[in-house]
Amino acid sequence: MSTTAAEVGRATPTGAITAADLEKDRSFKGTIGDITSPNARMVCRDVNVYYGDKQAIKRVSLDIGKNEVVSMIGPSGCGKSTFLRCLNRMNDTIPGCRVTGLIALDGVDVYDKKLDVVPLRAQVGMVFQKPNPFPKSIYENVAYGPRIHGLTNNKTELDELVETSLRKAGLWEEVKDRLDQPGTGLSGGQQQRLCIARTIAVSPEVILMDEPCSALDPIATAKIEELIDELRENYSIAIVTHSMQQAARVSQRTAYFHLGDLVEVGETDQIFTNPQHKLTEDYITGRFG
Amino acid sequence: MQSTLLIVLLGIIALAYHFGRKRAVAVAGGPTQIKTLHSLPTYYGLYAALWAGLPALLLLGFWAGFQETVVTAMVKAQLPAEMTAGLSPGRLGLLVNDIRNLATGNIVSSEVTPEIQAAADNYLRLQGIASIALWALVLAVAAGGISLAWRSMAPQLRARNRVESTIMVILVVFSSIAILTTLGIVLSVVFESILFFRSVPLTEFFFGTHWSPQIALRADQVGAAGAFGAVPLFTGTLLISFIAMLIAVPIGLMSAIYLSEYAPRRVRSLAKPALEILAGIPTVVYGFFAALTVAPFVRDLGASLGLDVSSESALAAGFVMGIMIIPFVSSLSDDVINAVPQSMRDGSYALGATQSETVRRVIIPAALPGIVGGVLLAVSRAIGETMIVVMAAGMAANLTWNPIESVTTVTVQIVTLLTGDQEFDSPKTLAAFALGLTLFVVTLTLNIIALHIVRKYREQYE
Ligand SMILES: Nc1ncnc2c1ncn2[C@@H]1O[C@H](COP(=O)(O)OP(=O)(O)OP(=O)(O)O)[C@@H](O)[C@H]1O
Ligand SMILES: [Mg+2]
Repeated sequence: MSTTAAEVGRATPTGAITAADLEKDRSFKGTIGDITSPNARMVCRDVNVYYGDKQAIKRVSLDIGKNEVVSMIGPSGCGKSTFLRCLNRMNDTIPGCRVTGLIALDGVDVYDKKLDVVPLRAQVGMVFQKPNPFPKSIYENVAYGPRIHGLTNNKTELDELVETSLRKAGLWEEVKDRLDQPGTGLSGGQQQRLCIARTIAVSPEVILMDEPCSALDPIATAKIEELIDELRENYSIAIVTHSMQQAARVSQRTAYFHLGDLVEVGETDQIFTNPQHKLTEDYITGRFG
Repeated sequence: MQSTLLIVLLGIIALAYHFGRKRAVAVAGGPTQIKTLHSLPTYYGLYAALWAGLPALLLLGFWAGFQETVVTAMVKAQLPAEMTAGLSPGRLGLLVNDIRNLATGNIVSSEVTPEIQAAADNYLRLQGIASIALWALVLAVAAGGISLAWRSMAPQLRARNRVESTIMVILVVFSSIAILTTLGIVLSVVFESILFFRSVPLTEFFFGTHWSPQIALRADQVGAAGAFGAVPLFTGTLLISFIAMLIAVPIGLMSAIYLSEYAPRRVRSLAKPALEILAGIPTVVYGFFAALTVAPFVRDLGASLGLDVSSESALAAGFVMGIMIIPFVSSLSDDVINAVPQSMRDGSYALGATQSETVRRVIIPAALPGIVGGVLLAVSRAIGETMIVVMAAGMAANLTWNPIESVTTVTVQIVTLLTGDQEFDSPKTLAAFALGLTLFVVTLTLNIIALHIVRKYREQYE
């Protein structure tokens, strides 16, 4: 049996969050709708992000629940990617980027100074807008994560893990005969599914997707949406998208961002049929952006 | 004289431009009618300037190239027969030189006889005539050009197209000069090498293991033949280059990785130029650093370990050459590492890889073709490097892989073969061309392969 990355190096629970912490400051009420989730995996409270002096995210609070797909929509430049990148601390690599507020994964403060980002990123995986397979074979692309985290004990286990990951990503049938060929030689949609397979190979708990279908044709997009729906059974997913239809199809909750503010959150059906805020309504009815 | 003419000519060109423009506007029927012209007035100005300047400049250049030769030949031909009788060409040359020196007021080596004085006067007179003829001709040609341009000025004259095509022709001419020069050099090396291989068989040169190019000055001297087996030279070159790469590749690569992946921006902005200073040090400085500092140090170190290190060891030369090549390797690797897209790094970090894992497993493999290309370029630099080895490597053509012995390289031998008084057609000097050709072919091949790899690599990420 293979162990998960989480078991190998779970974020140290030194900065455990209590319910009292969450109640301390509820001034995030600037957001319309219920930002909480009954089964929260990730909890964000009053998150501010600055690039140098410029504030890109303003006091955003949002939960991401178990077996839930949360979609984030909003006009270009409103901070969706920035917020998403906070969740697995990918912003650390951007010079001059500063994050304040609370972000917790299963009650552990993600920005705790003592926390090691390596296991965190194994628990919170990320799929990027542009497919970015490594210039290695298809097999090696998927085996990359398990290898660096030592998730398998021998070649057979690794083979199995690669196969299951590719199966879950719906790519196995297409590539099983050419696992040793370069991942960069696949089509755009296949590459994106390869990147998803690569991400789920380390068994994350949360998957962040930043416009995963923006470079894909409708058929590849449909495949990935189907995949997201299946992945929901085991993972929590946050997805940024510019396609309202996509948000409506794949997500249970939707968050609308505007100029760094989280304007409105709610059940996806409700957001699209009965938005409360004027800005949300303008955006989804196409009067904005 | 000719420089004054050149300045005058430039003045004429400027005037032709100015008036050509004016004339075009006038021909069009005033500034309001410029639209009726085929091209902008500027092009008519340029057109006139080209006609005024180009033929005259060509003539001037030609004349300047041949005047001296022609005048000298005429002076020589007009010398009294008794003066030249029985003189060898060399002596005759000296005599002509004296005449010229006397005419220009320089120091003369022999006694000034009336005949020589007369010849010098003749030389001056001819020069004077030539100058006046030149002025007259050049100005006439310029005037002819201007009048031609003047008469063809008309609104439908396609001045812009004419100017553009002339400019293209000029550019083609200049670039062919560069290309033809290269070709000429290569051909002359090839030609001399063929001469060499007439007297020394190819097999001896490429497979012979004994190198001793001393040709006897007298026919009865011992060891008269000379031996031209270049293998010790090749191995020596390879040994020193190998040692150099052993130093340069790890250090250059590591510093490139540090600078591009780890270093904070401030460190990078200081360290990168500092590293590039190394590339700006003249190789002769490296050479005496190698000969005066490193070689004795290596020898003493060897002595303290009980080794008998030659004072001109391959180790010392290779070590210093390696230091010289470090910035070369590091800046090329830095380029290719930076060309690896950020999305690769993001992809790796997002899977929970550490920085060193990302470097080792993603960035280096992705950049590897480019790095290999860079290293090959560096090798070709090392093989062709001359100054350091001339100063720090030995002369003895030892066939050995032992780095503490003295070896010699192809470049060192080329230098020694060609310095000093030599007969130019002896196998000894011709051997230098054969060595040069070999070197050229090897470095050219390396460069082509390297550039091909690097280009392939670039395409991959475009
Ligand atoms: N690395 C950075 N440095 C400085 N400012 C940045 C950086 N990245 C993003 N920003 C700024 O932060 C704001 C939010 O950007 P972000 O990329 O999060 O927007 P987005 O909602 O994802 O937009 P899009 O839909 O176009 O992807 C923008 O104003 C952007 O200019
Ligand atoms: Mg974005």
